[in-house]
Amino acid sequence: MSAEMQQANQEMEAEIGKAPPKETSLWKDALSRIVKSKTSLIGLIIITLLIIVAIFAPLIAPYHPVDDGSVIDRYQSPSAKHWLGTDALGRDIFSRIVYGARISIQIGVIAVGISGVVGVLLGGIAGYVGRWVDMVIMRFIDILMAFPSILLAIAMVAVMGRGLTNAMIAVGIVGVPHFARIVRSTVLSVKEKEFVEAAHATGVKNGRILFRHVLPNTMAPLIVQTTLSIGTAILDAAGLSFLGLGAQAPKPEWGAMLNAGRAALQSAPWVITFPGLAILFVVLGFNLLGDGLRDALDPRLKQ
Amino acid sequence: MLNYIIRRLVMIIPVLLGVSIIAFSLLHMIPGDPARSMLGNKANEAQLEQLREELRLNDPYLVQYGRFVTSTLQGDLGKSVKSNNPVGEELKNRLPATMELSLFAIFIATVVGVLAGVIAAVKQYSWFDNLSMTGALFGVSIPIFWLGLMMIMLFSVTLQWLPPSGRLSTGVELDTITNFYILDSILTLNWTAFKDSVTHLLMPGIALGTIPMAIIARMTRSSMLEVLNQDYIRTANAKGLASYLVVFQHALKNAFLPVLTVIGLQFGFLLGGAVLTETIFSWPGVGRYVLQAILGRDYPVVQSTILVVAVMFVFINLLTDILYKYIDPRIRFD
Repeated sequence: MSAEMQQANQEMEAEIGKAPPKETSLWKDALSRIVKSKTSLIGLIIITLLIIVAIFAPLIAPYHPVDDGSVIDRYQSPSAKHWLGTDALGRDIFSRIVYGARISIQIGVIAVGISGVVGVLLGGIAGYVGRWVDMVIMRFIDILMAFPSILLAIAMVAVMGRGLTNAMIAVGIVGVPHFARIVRSTVLSVKEKEFVEAAHATGVKNGRILFRHVLPNTMAPLIVQTTLSIGTAILDAAGLSFLGLGAQAPKPEWGAMLNAGRAALQSAPWVITFPGLAILFVVLGFNLLGDGLRDALDPRLKQ
Repeated sequence: MLNYIIRRLVMIIPVLLGVSIIAFSLLHMIPGDPARSMLGNKANEAQLEQLREELRLNDPYLVQYGRFVTSTLQGDLGKSVKSNNPVGEELKNRLPATMELSLFAIFIATVVGVLAGVIAAVKQYSWFDNLSMTGALFGVSIPIFWLGLMMIMLFSVTLQWLPPSGRLSTGVELDTITNFYILDSILTLNWTAFKDSVTHLLMPGIALGTIPMAIIARMTRSSMLEVLNQDYIRTANAKGLASYLVVFQHALKNAFLPVLTVIGLQFGFLLGGAVLTETIFSWPGVGRYVLQAILGRDYPVVQSTILVVAVMFVFINLLTDILYKYIDPRIRFD
């Protein structure tokens, strides 16, 4: 290949690698759609609130979530001193919920991080390479999907041992198929596009094409899936903790708080009411934003 | 059609194989000695060796796996390490309990979900549309274990309308034939038991059906909206057909197909969701059984039960696919 041709190729590749001008307008467009849509704005506000509460937990919570509390104060109903009442050990429920926000974010980020990274890699490779590689990977995904997800997560925790970390890993693995399938199908359609063909023609290596040219085009559906998955992950992890398999006492995890409060269902209903509401609103927030993002990023709905 | 079914059946063989490998491996992925893990620290070496001998844990993995598959195929699901009861016997009683709960849940979810979705689509942007779709959003976001507890608090503790747990009240007799209590009480004309089992089924059924109900409602609405914009609907309206006929005979018939897939998929997921619901309502089903086995480290029970549930899940999904293709002539089978 002559030097001139090489230069031309490099220029062409640089041109291909650059984000097309349309893309910035897509994101800008999406943002303005989200802000304009009332429901997704509510979702955005709930999530922002969750993050603020998690960051400033020590400033917001009037008591320490684990250490403050004595059995003398157990099961106090909501009052000016304890806004949402106290639990069996006299700990302030409001403070525990505030600190629980940190755990929820942790669950969302780590579990969905695992699903996302593994799912994108598997789906990307399956879709891009095709043939037997695709078949092997997708059969593996089929097998993972052959289990009802919460049951698979429970089984994995049974093997790895109880605890928040293992619960997050289990919830993360259970979420892999969704990401893998979305990425695979998007990659299948993107790899037939002219710009990928052009990249091939200019001699760009396969790995580079996959990571620089193909995968970035799966971003829109991925962002939607990530948002919705965080909600599901928080819900599933809370379910595991509720069954006694996830976060263990005295961690102020919302699902574990519900589990501990079951004993006082009749005498102290506030112990289970508020942590459940916290889960509901956070999951609702992610679902609202996810739905909003889907509408905002789906070009079919744009017209 | 037959070709399609055969091809699909062949395609699920590797999936079933993988499922059986995962279920089998559960026992062997436990860090450390599985026998020790099952019997606890108090067990002495003789007891451990006896269990290893019983479960043939000293054999090579492949031999163990081969035996696991062949005995499962012969209907022998092993027995519990804790109670010594055969797993197959337990499942015979518990599967109908879970199925009854799941069928009731999917029935409520379908009736309410489809109706809400249809009305929401026909009266788009009305107060009903807004209310039901907000409800559906809450429905997909709600932790069902919390919803269950709240229902118990309201309907059992405060109002005392419904029983908080179990399938039948103590003192109510029922001769079981199928172990589906509602069916059995009808077959034996036992109306006391019928009423009692329905009241026991209501809360767990609604709790379990909440998420599918919300998903079905949203799916029906969007599917109906798509169909309602078609030309043939305009034609039906233009020729003066009664609007309920247009909606239910012309529109819903076509809008129902994607909804059907969702119903099938959701029914499969109910088998998983049952673990949480059955725990809260002390429902003697498979979900509670597998959870107790996991908490008690009764691994043979865990292995077999998870295998059975996964196989059922695979077949329900397959059935959904086949049904979908059967009903929609536009889909070709190749």
